[in-house]
Amino acid sequence: MKNRSLIVSKISRWVAPVIFVFGIYVIMYGHLSPGGGFPGGVILSSAFILVMLARGRDEALHTLPFGLAKELDAVGALLFLLLAWTGLVLSGVFFVNFLHRISPGEPMRLWSGGFILPGNMAIGLKVAASLFLVMFALSALRISNNEENEGEDNSTEG
Amino acid sequence: MEYLLVFILIFMIMAAVIALWTDELLSAVIAVGAVGFGASTAFLLLGAPDLAITQIVVEVVTLVLLIKATIGVGVRTTSGSLSARRAAQAAAVVVLLLSYIIVSFRAMPPFGSSVMERIADAPSITYLEEGLDLAGSANHVMSVLLDFRAYDTLGEATIIFTAVLGALLLMRKKGGKSLDIEQKEEKE
Repeated sequence: MKNRSLIVSKISRWVAPVIFVFGIYVIMYGHLSPGGGFPGGVILSSAFILVMLARGRDEALHTLPFGLAKELDAVGALLFLLLAWTGLVLSGVFFVNFLHRISPGEPMRLWSGGFILPGNMAIGLKVAASLFLVMFALSALRISNNEENEGEDNSTEG
Repeated sequence: MEYLLVFILIFMIMAAVIALWTDELLSAVIAVGAVGFGASTAFLLLGAPDLAITQIVVEVVTLVLLIKATIGVGVRTTSGSLSARRAAQAAAVVVLLLSYIIVSFRAMPPFGSSVMERIADAPSITYLEEGLDLAGSANHVMSVLLDFRAYDTLGEATIIFTAVLGALLLMRKKGGKSLDIEQKEEKE
């Protein structure tokens, strides 16, 4: 894009990894403290959105390629479904918490709650990739708008 | 605390009215964001930190998305005034909704007491009392979201998946154009 500020560009490069790590923390400790897969995933994607806003679309696509984001989106959804199906196969009930029955772990420790932790991770992966893709789709629509005014209806409604 | 809640509620209503009233699109988007931040603070005051975190994070990202999608496209003002017929329709909807809300709020338990106290065998009581043994998660919200009602979460994930599918399909309307972004940026 046009004239991008040096300060914004540099600071965002330092801040984005911190946001990313915080997102991972919110996902991993979702079953112990407030948080979980959905907010954690949004925080993860906001790190990429910060990179996209401050350092341009090319840089963002360099950190998270478009194809990889699409795959991560599908992988997250399928992983969550896989957890549900594993419960059906092992214990006969869809979405039964089979990991908690195999190894309950200690309450209040990281390994507790069975498949809640992997489920949070799957949801977080899914939400992060999804929001990145939505952001990318909207900013790409903006580019094609400069020549033709077709996409305007979609964007003004949002 | 109730006075604070009332204050936040009035603030949210004012922000919503401003969002509808203003012609400047940027102010409208920011006013909608203020409504969301007010809701987040209200959730925090009511003792729902999970909801507050989700609300504030989604609000920040949505604000950025909306600004990017409206101001970035070059749409700056909204135009057009309400015709008499549309105004009458809107008033009818508001009256209908208000009467519905008043009737349904009458049926609710008093402020601060939980719904499940009124029903003896409500499953939510089991969730709270035996949640730690059954699911092993210290955060009861998560044990409900991903264990007891994981099926609902699967539906939620499906909704997001479909939404992204729709957004990407809209983008693909321009076909290969989205791929030669770099060339166009160099031209600018």
